[in-house]
Amino acid sequence: MPAIIAAAAVLILTLLPVAAPWLQFVLTLAIAKGFAALGVAVLLRAGLISIGHAMFFAASAYAVAFLARAGVNDLGLLLILSVLGGALVGAVAGSFLVRYRAIFFAMLNLAVSMVFYALCAKLYGVTGGTDGMPVPVPAVFGIALGEPAFKSVLFYLSLGLMVLVGLAVQRYLNSPLGHALSAVHTNEIRLEYLGIPVWAVLLIAYVISAALAGLGGAIAGFAIGRVVPDFAFWTASGHLVLIAVLGGIGGVPGAFIGALFLELLHSAAVTVTDSWNLIVGMTLIIVIMFMPQGVYGLFARKEATSL
Amino acid sequence: MSNAIIPLLLDSLASAALIFFAAVGLTLVFSVLRVLNVAHGSLYSIGGYVAASICLFIASRQLNPYLSFLALLFSAVGVAAIFGPLIERGLVRWTYGKSEAVQILITFGLFLILEDLQRVIFGVQSFYEDAPMRLLGTTSIGGVVYLNYQILLIAMALLVVVGLRLLINHTRLGRLITAVVADREMAQSIGIDTNRIFILAFSLGVFLAALGGALATPTSGIAPGLGADTMVLAFAVAAIGGLGRIEGAALASLIVGLARVLAIYLAPSLDAVAPYAAMLVVLLIRPYGLFGSVTARRI
Repeated sequence: MPAIIAAAAVLILTLLPVAAPWLQFVLTLAIAKGFAALGVAVLLRAGLISIGHAMFFAASAYAVAFLARAGVNDLGLLLILSVLGGALVGAVAGSFLVRYRAIFFAMLNLAVSMVFYALCAKLYGVTGGTDGMPVPVPAVFGIALGEPAFKSVLFYLSLGLMVLVGLAVQRYLNSPLGHALSAVHTNEIRLEYLGIPVWAVLLIAYVISAALAGLGGAIAGFAIGRVVPDFAFWTASGHLVLIAVLGGIGGVPGAFIGALFLELLHSAAVTVTDSWNLIVGMTLIIVIMFMPQGVYGLFARKEATSL
Repeated sequence: MSNAIIPLLLDSLASAALIFFAAVGLTLVFSVLRVLNVAHGSLYSIGGYVAASICLFIASRQLNPYLSFLALLFSAVGVAAIFGPLIERGLVRWTYGKSEAVQILITFGLFLILEDLQRVIFGVQSFYEDAPMRLLGTTSIGGVVYLNYQILLIAMALLVVVGLRLLINHTRLGRLITAVVADREMAQSIGIDTNRIFILAFSLGVFLAALGGALATPTSGIAPGLGADTMVLAFAVAAIGGLGRIEGAALASLIVGLARVLAIYLAPSLDAVAPYAAMLVVLLIRPYGLFGSVTARRI
């Protein structure tokens, strides 16, 4: 039953831009942020809250810009290399960050991401400072596309990746390695006594979550056509946690539902008012206070009652 | 050499004083309420906006310009009196005993709301009103010119450190706060009105943040985004000093101020990196901060 609903949702997403072309950009960005929020959600499983994941989002987007500047001009290659770049940054940062828990983990992630942000904003000669760097339109399998065609390709590629990567992450979370994450949350010492190295479990999760955030960042970079240091600012990290919580930490679709919900709310709100953060902030507070399961929880509950 | 260093040092001490106002409120609130208030930076910028508006009003009516000093103080008191109880009663108290993730997210939601409210009320243009700074003038020692206002800032910060210490160690309210910090349930069971303590402590934190914002406007003006920038700086300082430690926040402000001066002196383009790099280094070695401890909770 859930599979059918998911398939129907993906089908609707596939057809939406045909009906309303302006939605394509919004949906691409929503999927990109969904990937990053999924990364945050993976760590939330272990009870670790990261207010720094925008760093990996930005790292991969910058990687795309740097690679493009160096002459790499193929969408697939750029995506793979930049996600690997994000994962590498994640492995380096994660190797010392996963030793910390609770508020210390959150603070250290924030510190690392703000160092990254300040470097991006200040090293004018390398990163273009606050002006950021352009992300050119790459070739797809050697075919040079115009910008509108490329944006369509990007959207359908993101959609395909959402399904594939989503299934892979689902699989990972259902594997012993994934279940170990929740076990870290419940009782870490018990896990160590069982002979499972907590450090390794968390580092793997950290690298996966950084790669997911990186994939989202690379897609967002292509969709927007520019990367700026603000990608890595702490409020961006806060938004990612927000999406992960909006979607509920229950499942993989949650992150994407949360991102879609937020981006659609954004597009709807900007037509009415400038103060869309006001609406988001209130939504967030209401969701946390009254729907601790997240927006995803609403659907899950309906499903349960219909059975 | 010293002619170049001393003004720079004074600059850094003055900016350290401003960061300290924001950080000490954050650390105080964390110590008593055990909530990390992500919206704290917004209260700093609200204090700044209110003070700047009143100062501009005084200037436009050509009232006695010395009134602007009173305006700085009373805007902080006003912001604390309105926002302190409102936020604590309306929002923060629902998060007591919940996980850190929930507390951070609720206050992050509040941060988003407050940032947009400021945009709606005060617009997106920057405010600049330096009457208080001009009134105090400058002092010249050994050929180097100092802004007296900066010395005022440093004195105010020292006053806050000493004042808070006296308040906590030598008044009835301070002892009640200490009791609540040490053991909330025990304090409650011997009849301390913890709700009142929470409101007072939170409002005091808001007051300090708003005062910092108000004092900062004459030197640097105020523009959208200040709240977010201040928040993360205050966070860095509070974390370096050890969350919940007042003297720790004071020392950490000095470290961050000095790190900035050194960065300006050695690698000017990296001055913005310095506070976060300092935070990272300290937290990696001592995750609970310089003055913090893992077990005993003190104030």
